[in-house]
Amino acid sequence: MTVPPPLALLAEVTHRCPMRCVYCSNPLALEPASRELPTAVWNRVLNEAADYGVLQVHFSGGEPTARPDLPDMVAHATRCGLYTNLITSGVLLDKTQLPALADAGLEHVQISIQDVDPTSAERIGGLTGAHERKLTAARWVTELGLALTINAVIHRGNVERVGDMIELAAALGAGRVEIAHVQYYGWALANRAALLPSRQQLDLATKTVEEARTALRGRVMIDYVIPDYHARLPKACMGGWGQRFVNIEPMGRVLPCHAATTIPGMRFETVLDGSLAQIWEHSAAFNQFRGTEWMPEPCASCNRREIDWGGCRCQALALTGDAAATDPVCHKSPYHATVKTLAGAETSSEQGALFYRGDRRVQQTAMGYLGPMAGAAEHG
Amino acid sequence: MTTADALQDDRRPRFAPHVRMTFDARRGRWVVQAPERLLMPDEIATEVLQRCDGRSIKEIIDGLVQAFDAPREEIAKDVVVLIGNLQRRGILVS
Repeated sequence: MTVPPPLALLAEVTHRCPMRCVYCSNPLALEPASRELPTAVWNRVLNEAADYGVLQVHFSGGEPTARPDLPDMVAHATRCGLYTNLITSGVLLDKTQLPALADAGLEHVQISIQDVDPTSAERIGGLTGAHERKLTAARWVTELGLALTINAVIHRGNVERVGDMIELAAALGAGRVEIAHVQYYGWALANRAALLPSRQQLDLATKTVEEARTALRGRVMIDYVIPDYHARLPKACMGGWGQRFVNIEPMGRVLPCHAATTIPGMRFETVLDGSLAQIWEHSAAFNQFRGTEWMPEPCASCNRREIDWGGCRCQALALTGDAAATDPVCHKSPYHATVKTLAGAETSSEQGALFYRGDRRVQQTAMGYLGPMAGAAEHG
Repeated sequence: MTTADALQDDRRPRFAPHVRMTFDARRGRWVVQAPERLLMPDEIATEVLQRCDGRSIKEIIDGLVQAFDAPREEIAKDVVVLIGNLQRRGILVS
């Protein structure tokens, strides 16, 4: 079987980040700066990726702008012919760094916002003053003529302001908006009971998004990701394991998705162990859930098996304890009823306390499963 | 817009800022790159998109009629549908 090369590289150049978002998809245990891959190694990886067939690179983190060598890496990616995206909170961007990135050939900046209301936004993001800094950064992005996406992560505390967030994004000059309901892994899983919106709230948000899509057609593209727990069909996580995306961690581990490290018994090679192509095609980790051969029933005989690829392995693990099970979001999964019950129970409770990075209570409640970039980038 | 209108259409569709079509040597095909998006146009779409370089819709249709020796009405319909679709998705502007 020949394995087609990946389309996109998610380059997590650092785990460092001044924000402490309560739905952060990064691991509970972060890599320190001292273990991050140096510029030269990232540049070598970018060469390999472009030669192998990767078309886009997403510089991400953590907060990628925490690395002073980011413009060098972006310039190198541009020289390799890669289309460059920066996924940032925007809070560290300053008036000198952003032009340096633009000069390096950066095409597109995605800035996340937490709400339109600064108090609510900063309660979720855990950093005072962040909201205004994000808006300033977004304005600089469009002033420099770069493409801007505003990413708004939706949960019970801001779901009623979805329309306002889209309006804000349009006013900032975003050509694209991502309205992404929180996906429940990592920190978000620890905070799920406080974050999951009710079915009714979700339906209202969906209606708002549909209306905004019509009103803004041709001006602002809106991508919409619903929370899995209220769905009947699972998402094709990462477009299928080992099919479209390759994720590289700050210290160089090569992953099918950035949540994969928590699946017990899996071993991941690093960019120091071999070439990207070798790892993508031949490593046990990439082949473990690639394609359809690994699938249990009801996936194996399902006519959607090459549409959703069995859903999300990390969600299967988080909710059933078995990473090789059918994603229980699927109505055919024997665990599906449990997910529905859980969604109903948690959303009928009052919004409770939130756990932040650095808060020791989290270690006992979170299981350490991280969030894949599901639905974050549509390729098709 | 009807296809009859398209034959007179002087709007000039072009790629939106930071959207570009490049040849993917590895896969032997043209691809359209946009912010966090990637489109793989089929052969007909590729032919249309290669002409979205400042030409009017009418000129694009004329060029395709000449290149492919196909009925003008049929080509006009394909072009209008494709360009409309890509404008809604923010890939083309005019």
